[in-house]
Amino acid sequence: MPRAMKNSASLPQRVLRYGLYAILLVMAFIYLMPLWVMLLTSLKDVEEIRTGTLLSLPNSLNFDAWGKAWGSACTGGTCEGISPYLMNSFMIVIPAVAISTILGALNGYVIAMWRFRGSELFFGLLLIGCFIPFQVVLLPMARTLSFFGLANTTAGLVMVHVVYGVAFTTLFFRNFYIALPKELISAARLDGAGFFRIFWRIVLPLSTPIIVVTVIWQFTQIWNDFLFGVVFSGYDTQPVTVALNNLVNTSFGGKQYNVDMAAALIAAAPTLLVYVFAGKYFVRGLTAGAVKG
Amino acid sequence: MQNQTPVLPNGKAQRIRSVSFKDRFASWLPKLVMTPTLLMVMVCMYGYIIWTALLSLTSSRMLPVWKFIGTGQYGKLFANDRWMVSLENLVVFGALFILTCLALGIVLAIFLDQKIRAEGALRTIYLYPMAISFIVTGTAWKWLLNPSLGLEKMFHSWGFENVQFDWLVDPDRVVFCLVIAAVWQSSGFVMAMFLAGLRGVDQDMIKAAQLDGASMPLIYRRVILPSLKPVFFSAFVILAHIAIKSFDLVAALTGGGPGYSSDLPANFMYTHAFTRAQMGLGAASAMVMLGGVLAILVPYLYSELRGKKNA
Repeated sequence: MPRAMKNSASLPQRVLRYGLYAILLVMAFIYLMPLWVMLLTSLKDVEEIRTGTLLSLPNSLNFDAWGKAWGSACTGGTCEGISPYLMNSFMIVIPAVAISTILGALNGYVIAMWRFRGSELFFGLLLIGCFIPFQVVLLPMARTLSFFGLANTTAGLVMVHVVYGVAFTTLFFRNFYIALPKELISAARLDGAGFFRIFWRIVLPLSTPIIVVTVIWQFTQIWNDFLFGVVFSGYDTQPVTVALNNLVNTSFGGKQYNVDMAAALIAAAPTLLVYVFAGKYFVRGLTAGAVKG
Repeated sequence: MQNQTPVLPNGKAQRIRSVSFKDRFASWLPKLVMTPTLLMVMVCMYGYIIWTALLSLTSSRMLPVWKFIGTGQYGKLFANDRWMVSLENLVVFGALFILTCLALGIVLAIFLDQKIRAEGALRTIYLYPMAISFIVTGTAWKWLLNPSLGLEKMFHSWGFENVQFDWLVDPDRVVFCLVIAAVWQSSGFVMAMFLAGLRGVDQDMIKAAQLDGASMPLIYRRVILPSLKPVFFSAFVILAHIAIKSFDLVAALTGGGPGYSSDLPANFMYTHAFTRAQMGLGAASAMVMLGGVLAILVPYLYSELRGKKNA
């Protein structure tokens, strides 16, 4: 039957099919071009950039710009390249992702399986919290952080990311746990297992997929954050997004597009790698956060 | 023997008390676990919103001053040319960004849903920009849109000598640069949402329509697209939310310039609250942004909840 259909595919249908592929490939080229241009530019020297075009290939593989971007380019005040800020980002992201994921798992567990009066209302309030524009909390948060001596510190930034990330992580876990069979929990309760025992022994071992989704989502969100970074960080606690923006907009000296592009690629590398190696979960996180949110 | 009789009820009573304490503790445990988050959300979201609302009614500049001046800051805000420009930009940017993303997302999803070879690879390519921050996106497109060395020069070298592409330094067109970069970053995500939606469409319905002799375009228009309405709404809300919050893209791509011609409300808020010591004005602009988000979100949530009750 499929074979018969294939043979009977008429000429206009085949033309249509080729057209379809052509459009999809052109679109793929357009989506890939910026990344390709960034890579090419980062491998050229300043002279080649001036004489060539965006897509012209570099004469030789020249990694000078990468070295500069990593270790000696100026980002506003200092000239140590982007690597110290890459470390800052990791120092912020790792604890923030861990804490917000754990809190989200516990909250989701309670909301899905240990309902109490008001837990649904609380969930509603949390949901709206996913959508508020953060501009509306920036000023009070800045006051609070400086009151507790956390202004411009990594700990302060971690706290901010946990506070405003927990709404999403709770949502993810709640939506996952609500789909687990209720009998699982009620049977364990009859056997006398308590709140944490059930969580630890029954629920958590089932949670691997949603933990992966949540960790990837939070990692991407926090790594890519600029707003909290620029408002709440100090000179030596800046995340890499803020440092990159300073590097690109540092005005003294000639424009070094090759260094800019190398720095941008370094800043984008961690999330891009996550996407390449765990793309499936990345997409699942996006659509879970989106379609159900 | 006689000694033991009083022990029994006593022991029983003790056991009951200890069990009931344990029970009470157990019943409190879930609430206890939620308490940190509850406090965080009530204080750091809703409390701070009220705090910002109050600030917006004061004459605060560098530091909060609790001298209430009514709605003066809002009056000042809407008399401020820079704010009005940023609102205008948001309308243009938001409309073009949302419409282009939706159109591109639907078309790409439908095209990819035609049993395409290498669908997985193409999907990965369309979606990867979503993993990249708006700062990196802005940095990349700032270079691509460079008026002398970027795309313009590339078109010239291809023989299109008359192409002029200097939108990045044109105050009237710079907003379109924001749209281009933002669409590149977000449209793949819309595609993924629609593709997930298409895969969820009831295949029997499509087969029935085919048996009735309906053509494929007609089936898409009458059967498939209408059933994607929820995805459409979700995508709209998310894109609108991205548009209103857009701050980093402007910071990286245009810096708000030339002049302040590409500022968005989020950039206005940041500049006035944190670099220009106009706290009251910044707070007022944040409240207007919140109002904008709620105006989109409340009807959406309302229809979602009503839909669930009916279902």
